[in-house]
Amino acid sequence: MKVVLDHLTKKFPNRNKKVGGFVVAVNDFTFEIPDGKLIGLLGPSGCGKSTTLNLICGLEKPTEGRILFGDDDVTGLPPEVRGVGLVFQNYALYPHLTVEENIMFPLGNLRGEEKLTKQQMKDKALEAAKLVQIDSLMERKPNELSGGQQQRVAIARALVKMPKVLLLDEPLSNLDARLRLQTREELRRIQNETGITTVFVTHDQEEAMSISDMIVVMKDGVLQQIGIPQEVYDEPVNLFVAKFLGTPAINVFEGRVKGGSLYIGEDSVLDVKGVDDRDVYVAIRPEGFIVDDSGRMKCTLLRREVMGRDSSVVAKNDAFIGETIRAIISSETKVDTSKPDIRFSLKPAKTYLFDRSTEERIRFSV
Amino acid sequence: MKNNLKGWLYLLPAVIFLGVFMVYPLIDVIVYSFEEGYNFASQSYTGTGLYNYSYVLRDPYFTQALKNTFIIVIITVPLSTGLALLISLGLSSIPKVRELFQTIYFLPYVTNTLAVGLVFMILFKKTAYTDGMVNLLVKAFGGEAVDFIGGPYWAKMFVMCFYTIWIVLPFKILILTSALASVNETYYKAAKVDGTRPGRIFGRITLPMIAPMIFYLVITGFIGAFKAYSDEVALFGTDLNAAGMNTIVGYVYDMLYGNSGGYPSFASAAAIILFAIVFTITCINLLLSKKSSVF
Repeated sequence: MKVVLDHLTKKFPNRNKKVGGFVVAVNDFTFEIPDGKLIGLLGPSGCGKSTTLNLICGLEKPTEGRILFGDDDVTGLPPEVRGVGLVFQNYALYPHLTVEENIMFPLGNLRGEEKLTKQQMKDKALEAAKLVQIDSLMERKPNELSGGQQQRVAIARALVKMPKVLLLDEPLSNLDARLRLQTREELRRIQNETGITTVFVTHDQEEAMSISDMIVVMKDGVLQQIGIPQEVYDEPVNLFVAKFLGTPAINVFEGRVKGGSLYIGEDSVLDVKGVDDRDVYVAIRPEGFIVDDSGRMKCTLLRREVMGRDSSVVAKNDAFIGETIRAIISSETKVDTSKPDIRFSLKPAKTYLFDRSTEERIRFSV
Repeated sequence: MKNNLKGWLYLLPAVIFLGVFMVYPLIDVIVYSFEEGYNFASQSYTGTGLYNYSYVLRDPYFTQALKNTFIIVIITVPLSTGLALLISLGLSSIPKVRELFQTIYFLPYVTNTLAVGLVFMILFKKTAYTDGMVNLLVKAFGGEAVDFIGGPYWAKMFVMCFYTIWIVLPFKILILTSALASVNETYYKAAKVDGTRPGRIFGRITLPMIAPMIFYLVITGFIGAFKAYSDEVALFGTDLNAAGMNTIVGYVYDMLYGNSGGYPSFASAAAIILFAIVFTITCINLLLSKKSSVF
């Protein structure tokens, strides 16, 4: 089921009554979620991603705009009519019911012609449980399960009615690091097997990048960029997106363009054609540095950190915004740590220019 | 072993305190209840046996008190708990004025029992000069005035139960509103996403979640109602036997200090009978709550 958000806006009245007015949680959102894809809604906390999820779900009503499932306008419909399944961040499993009863709970709400017999409900619950591989735990209570198992039960409960759209709110944030890796692959598998259009919310860019077919980056209720993960990583539209994606984070410098040349401090580090003379932010991915004795960019070398597969060079530069520059280089690369300075040449494809005031991307050719 | 000794040493003050003021009197009461014709002044008794119990159980005043107590318990505990639940549900659905109403409902709890009793007297008592507020209402609806305080048994029992419910309601509302507020909001959201009807949400989610609190209220409610005495005095005065509204605790008091008092052996026997009843019912309650325990 394709999901379309059309100029969606959600305003909340300000909590602080003295200030009054509204807080715009979601601001003029327009995008389309293709059928049968896994979408990651990504952004820092408070950016409106959970509100967006609640809007798609129907728990919140939009202030303006429309939501379409396929060709049907569902804006005014309550959640149960929309055919959505929602997995909560804390799973919201009913503690007094067994796993099986939890999974069957949504089926018990069906009325009239849809009403199922007890046996049909049990069969469907078992089917959903098998999908998430918890069919051996049906008689347990939620507090007898591990975090990962509870998560699976929550997913099974959301899937048991075979929703058109599956929504997950921070599905992995309550799990420990190892389980998180495992569970995200599991999510990917379940989505592939069911083919249900799935939207999940996360603030962890790595999580979103690793399993999503598409990611949607949000900031302060405004859609920043939407695209397949690699594309968004490689071609960020503004400084926020560039900074938000990637670990270690992108290195940002103050720089300026003069006569077709990019300057960081006093060094002319790169030729940039087609850009007028102006002040810019220069953002360089950690993998965008090449250690090169004849390189055009000079930095103060602090240390080299070995991580096995690759290593990072930690350096300083006066024009750098933040504490230390981090460059990822291959382990074989020789670095003379006896010298106080290190020289880099830059990969043009990993170097981005952004406008000083709007922070929008400035494209250049080499 | 040394550590053990130290532990007991720390416990000693509490053990002595509880021993002197709780365990010893309790054992003493049990002993008295088997001693026939015990006399405080001379510290003597005429014999031992079950005579005290057989006397008390045959005493019409005691059977009346037993009957009264059971009626009060059976009527007020379920009714007050149910009513408190209804009011709490109502309160939690009006978040804006909840605190105001919570305060209003809590007022009877901080008001003196005797003061409330006085108010009830004014509401219900029929005197030479007036029939009382309630009777005015009864007449307005075409009924006949009833003397609720000095009249027929059912009228007195009605006032008694009404009064008891009124007195215990605030505490139950306080407990239940906080229990309702402590149910995590996401359970309701999850239920809403699944299109659960309000009745099913209440029966399958809210009720099981606050069940421990309801059991707590029922158990303490039973114990409290079995021990009723001061409320009866507030409404009907100290001569409860004459009013036919005595309770078991009232009977014990009368046997000790009342006009016909001075019989510690009978009082002890009655007290032990009350203890046995409360103990049995509390055990049954706990067993039931364990059986349907949810967590």
